[in-house]
Amino acid sequence: MDYTVNEQTINADEEGYITDISTWSKDLADTIAETENIDMGDDHWEVVNFLRDYYEEYQIAPAVRVLTKAVKKSLGPDKGNSKYLYELFPYGPAKQACKIAGLPKPTGCV
Amino acid sequence: MEDFDDDEFDGPIKKFMYVNRKAPYGTVYALEGLEVVLITAAFDQDVSMVFVDDGVFQIKKDQETTGINMKNFSPTYRALEGYDVEKVYAEKESLEARGLSGDDLVIPVEVLSSAELAELMDAQDVIVSF
Repeated sequence: MDYTVNEQTINADEEGYITDISTWSKDLADTIAETENIDMGDDHWEVVNFLRDYYEEYQIAPAVRVLTKAVKKSLGPDKGNSKYLYELFPYGPAKQACKIAGLPKPTGCV
Repeated sequence: MEDFDDDEFDGPIKKFMYVNRKAPYGTVYALEGLEVVLITAAFDQDVSMVFVDDGVFQIKKDQETTGINMKNFSPTYRALEGYDVEKVYAEKESLEARGLSGDDLVIPVEVLSSAELAELMDAQDVIVSF
């Protein structure tokens, strides 16, 4: 399931996760979000950027439980809870937000 | 695995120990072993991780992997704490034989002698060796 952004083809696997993280761009994130029916606002970007920082530091995409805890620690309890994150990313904050952030499928997501 | 409530699991808790014996690159054991630990950490068990023999190289600082065209996954061990894996041990004899100490490692570990480790292993319900 490849994406086309600015006339460039970006390779992705059958679930829509891009295969090469270095091909990610903000425009690509918007394109992936569209296929996920998500309208990217500042709150969505905050989580996506958070995930990209997490990946940069630890070289993995966190499981949802770990993401929630890390968001809580860094952005506070108003945002570090399942309800808030699922409202932003209804099909799973880790899965959907990771996909938009260009990360692999979360480790620890069965 | 998407848990809405952290406290809903109410089964028996078993002691799982994951023993890492091999060098980080050259075989897939180290990376697979780490992924297994991260995945099982979601099930609220009593998890511990041990590094012995060449396995201590897995958590050595300053790994440079561009020459072998592999991803350096040593930063991922630092994510273990966030996955609530807090019991991490390295065998004293293995470290010493390789000229290493706790200061050479990417994460804080408890250094135990072979005899102390044997005792700890005796207390486990499940031991998985990689």
